[in-house]
Amino acid sequence: MEWEVVIGLEIHAQLSTASKMFSGASTEFGAVPNAQACAVDIALPGVLPVANSGAVERALRFGLAVNGNNADNISRRSIFARKNYFYPDLPKGYQISQYELPIINGGTISIVLKDGQKTIHLTRAHLEEDAGKSLHEDFHGMSGIDLNRAGTPLLEIVSEPDMRSAEEAVAYAKAVHSLVRWIDICDGNMQEGSFRCDANVSVRRPGEPLGTRREIKNLNSFRFLQQAIDYEAKWQIETLQDGGTIHQATVLFDPDSGETRAMRSKEDAHDYRYFPDPDLLPLVVTEEWIERVKGGLLELPQAKRERYARDYGLSVYDAGLLTQSRETTVYFEDMVGQLGTEAAKVCANWVSGDLAAALNRDNLDIAQSPVPSAQLAGLVARIRDNTLSGKMAREVFDAMWRGEAASADELIEKKGLKQISDSGALEAIVDQVIAANPKSVEEYRAGKEKAFNALVGQAMKATRGKGNPAQINEILKKKLAG
Amino acid sequence: MINASLKELSAALAAKNISSVELTRIYLERIERLNGELNAFITVDPGKSLALAGQADARIARGEHAPLTGIPVAHKDIYCTKGWLTTCGSRMLANFESPYDAHVIGRFGAAGAVILGKTNMDEFAMGSSNETSFYGPVKNPWDRAFVPGGSSGGSACAVAARLAPAATATDTGGSIRQPAALTGITGLKPTYGVVSRYGMIAFASSLDQGGPMGKSAEDVAMLLDVMAGFDPRDSTSLEREGEDYTRDLDRPWEGASAGRPLQGLRIGVPKEHFGEGLSSDVGRAIEAALAQFEELGAKRVAISLPNSGLSVPAYYVIAPAEASSNLSRFDGVRYGYRAPEYRDLLDMYCKTRSQGFGAEVKRRILIGTYVLSHGYYDAYYLKAQRVRRLIAQDFVEAFKKCDVVMGPTSPTVAFRIGAKTSDPVQMYLSDIYTIPANLAGLPGMSVPCGFGENELPVGLHIVGNYFSEARMLAVAHHYQRATDWHRRAPAGVL
Repeated sequence: MEWEVVIGLEIHAQLSTASKMFSGASTEFGAVPNAQACAVDIALPGVLPVANSGAVERALRFGLAVNGNNADNISRRSIFARKNYFYPDLPKGYQISQYELPIINGGTISIVLKDGQKTIHLTRAHLEEDAGKSLHEDFHGMSGIDLNRAGTPLLEIVSEPDMRSAEEAVAYAKAVHSLVRWIDICDGNMQEGSFRCDANVSVRRPGEPLGTRREIKNLNSFRFLQQAIDYEAKWQIETLQDGGTIHQATVLFDPDSGETRAMRSKEDAHDYRYFPDPDLLPLVVTEEWIERVKGGLLELPQAKRERYARDYGLSVYDAGLLTQSRETTVYFEDMVGQLGTEAAKVCANWVSGDLAAALNRDNLDIAQSPVPSAQLAGLVARIRDNTLSGKMAREVFDAMWRGEAASADELIEKKGLKQISDSGALEAIVDQVIAANPKSVEEYRAGKEKAFNALVGQAMKATRGKGNPAQINEILKKKLAG
Repeated sequence: MINASLKELSAALAAKNISSVELTRIYLERIERLNGELNAFITVDPGKSLALAGQADARIARGEHAPLTGIPVAHKDIYCTKGWLTTCGSRMLANFESPYDAHVIGRFGAAGAVILGKTNMDEFAMGSSNETSFYGPVKNPWDRAFVPGGSSGGSACAVAARLAPAATATDTGGSIRQPAALTGITGLKPTYGVVSRYGMIAFASSLDQGGPMGKSAEDVAMLLDVMAGFDPRDSTSLEREGEDYTRDLDRPWEGASAGRPLQGLRIGVPKEHFGEGLSSDVGRAIEAALAQFEELGAKRVAISLPNSGLSVPAYYVIAPAEASSNLSRFDGVRYGYRAPEYRDLLDMYCKTRSQGFGAEVKRRILIGTYVLSHGYYDAYYLKAQRVRRLIAQDFVEAFKKCDVVMGPTSPTVAFRIGAKTSDPVQMYLSDIYTIPANLAGLPGMSVPCGFGENELPVGLHIVGNYFSEARMLAVAHHYQRATDWHRRAPAGVL
């Protein structure tokens, strides 16, 4: 019998504010330990938190972005609450978070899968502060505490259990990752911990109520997310098939072994004694504030995808590839702006194809591309006017990537790559080829299609690769038929 | 000099009849002589105080004289003070030197006042007798066998015994007003949010409010002028126009004449504050005070605060709940006390907190942890918050009928040291009349109004509407112009 895997994600996105959630200390990554921990972060006696309006504004941007620019999912009044527990890297002995009344309630994220789109529903998103870091190595049996991260603003984005496979979970995580960078609320740097996922995983027989979930904590790459869920789902299914039961638990994923293991069970879960933080007033969001944020919001990925499909005739999948980051759409739209809507399809192929491959190979962001959009547009223009064949274009692109010249035209000139499209010249060459290869001509006329390709090859060779292949095809066909 | 008002001291300093250094020396000498017995101060540092006094004198010489420039002020050891130990009366912070100034300390510094020392207090402000201090009990200067009240017992004792011209204090359930009453001085707890809590070590954040203690309403008004004001570092600090709290002092009540300056003032007298539990000596003194107010032209109005009986239970849910969380930061990791020996992290926490906190603090952390626990939160914390709203509503109704509410500050005069230490509930009941103002966020003050059993002082409690401090101070000032209770000083210290 079949099993259905049910997954919900909790994503912690570090908000890209210059200062912390409740203090004025810097959030810059990588400083000397404890250099960016002020009196409030250290929780000296007597200090008090003051909410960072930049963080609130970023949460509002997110709320609007996941709700089609509609503010009905934004709490006009939300409450900061204290989550109490003792740990050395939690200086106050409590974390300020939002509990009963979060700033964002609901919204959707649309994910693009190979076989179509799917909508994932959000339960909520709330503001909170991060804890510091405990360093257990290099301290001779003791632990080091670095409070630079303590108080860093986070948006915790909680999804409904809407995903049914690790692939869907990864697609959702990637979509959220793309969105938070798109609306510029989080730098998305997963190595630095700016974007971390917890996955709630359960399994059930299709149609049955939800099974007991286990929560996999702190997955900081899409690959680990995929591996951890796959392993966990398989483990749960095997456990149930062996007659066992699943107990609610928090588990950790070990990237070395590829396994998940229980960290604590429900029985020894903390009682966090949540209560409203009396040091902070209710967080009130005015209509004017919401309107201001709305006004500054850019066209979002979903809207762009739809527009690309509608206006440029791109497939949903191709549009999905282009809208994975805002920078990519800027690049793509620059090219289309120069070449016109009819060129959109070729531009899309280049951006998602050769350009993406080269960027990937050299580990670069599109904003750092050695070939800027204007240069690539220049190249695509020469393809469209038949100056370059696809093969030649690739050669030009590689040369531009290496920085050999700043424009396609310059390289075409320099390398003598100009495609021969002069029909008179091509006809003369084709005549020579027909005369020199009577055997192939005979075979073609006898019905051997392969012989035709050999003749085209000879003609291309004669032009040293510069002949326009489509034109040569056409001329050859005409002459052989005649 | 030691009985002079702040206004007189300020004038003498401005006229250079006395220097701040001379004035500070007088008080340091008195502290040196009397503190051993009274135990009002935890930390005194003559070198630092005299250096500040020297700076104040230089400032006066430059003609930059503000009302409190050069005046020594004692600060409750709950206010973080840069370069000074700030212990909060606890072993937990016995070694804690604050790297920053509380907002209130900064304001006094900017005004040119001199830090005279840090005063004793109940540990983390939890207590009503100053007996929970790690530094030992403070003695009541009127009779050293008796408590001075708490938690601001050190500040109250310092002002009453003329060890300081004025002092700062804090009030979570009565910690300014009750000790002011028990030591015969004037103390004011402002409207919640008027004085910034930044740098004031938190007990119960939604109830804590800093305020001044002085010999008279006039002194207290001058002190409040310095302490009050918006502070962006405290989210609960109120962003409003600054005001001069001395402005109404000499003005008669609206429409009244100089002869009957409180003509038209309606004094609400809540029947709930005159019933069972009020000792007869205190009752008599309050009755006499009210009669005095009538002579000044005021009118008594019988009112009811029907939910005030619920205030002590509600308070002992809310305050410990907040305290249990506020005191979590004292974990031995970053500063303060850490147990000398421990096996592992959990053991370090347990030993540090068992050894660093005293019994009353531990009791309240346990109560607070319990009422916030899963399954109990609704029945205790949420219910207490509902009661809190009812109590605030009682006052809204009351202030439709009266301008101020008056009654006893405390049900009894000072009690003997040790008399209530084994019975926390009896101790908690000494704040029964003061707690409602904290729960409602209203301003309250205590004014000396006579003596009761054992020749110990009685305090009159005045509660006003939100932001009516200036009017309350004027009401008290008119009373003090007609009486001399506030001029009495304990014989043993003069």
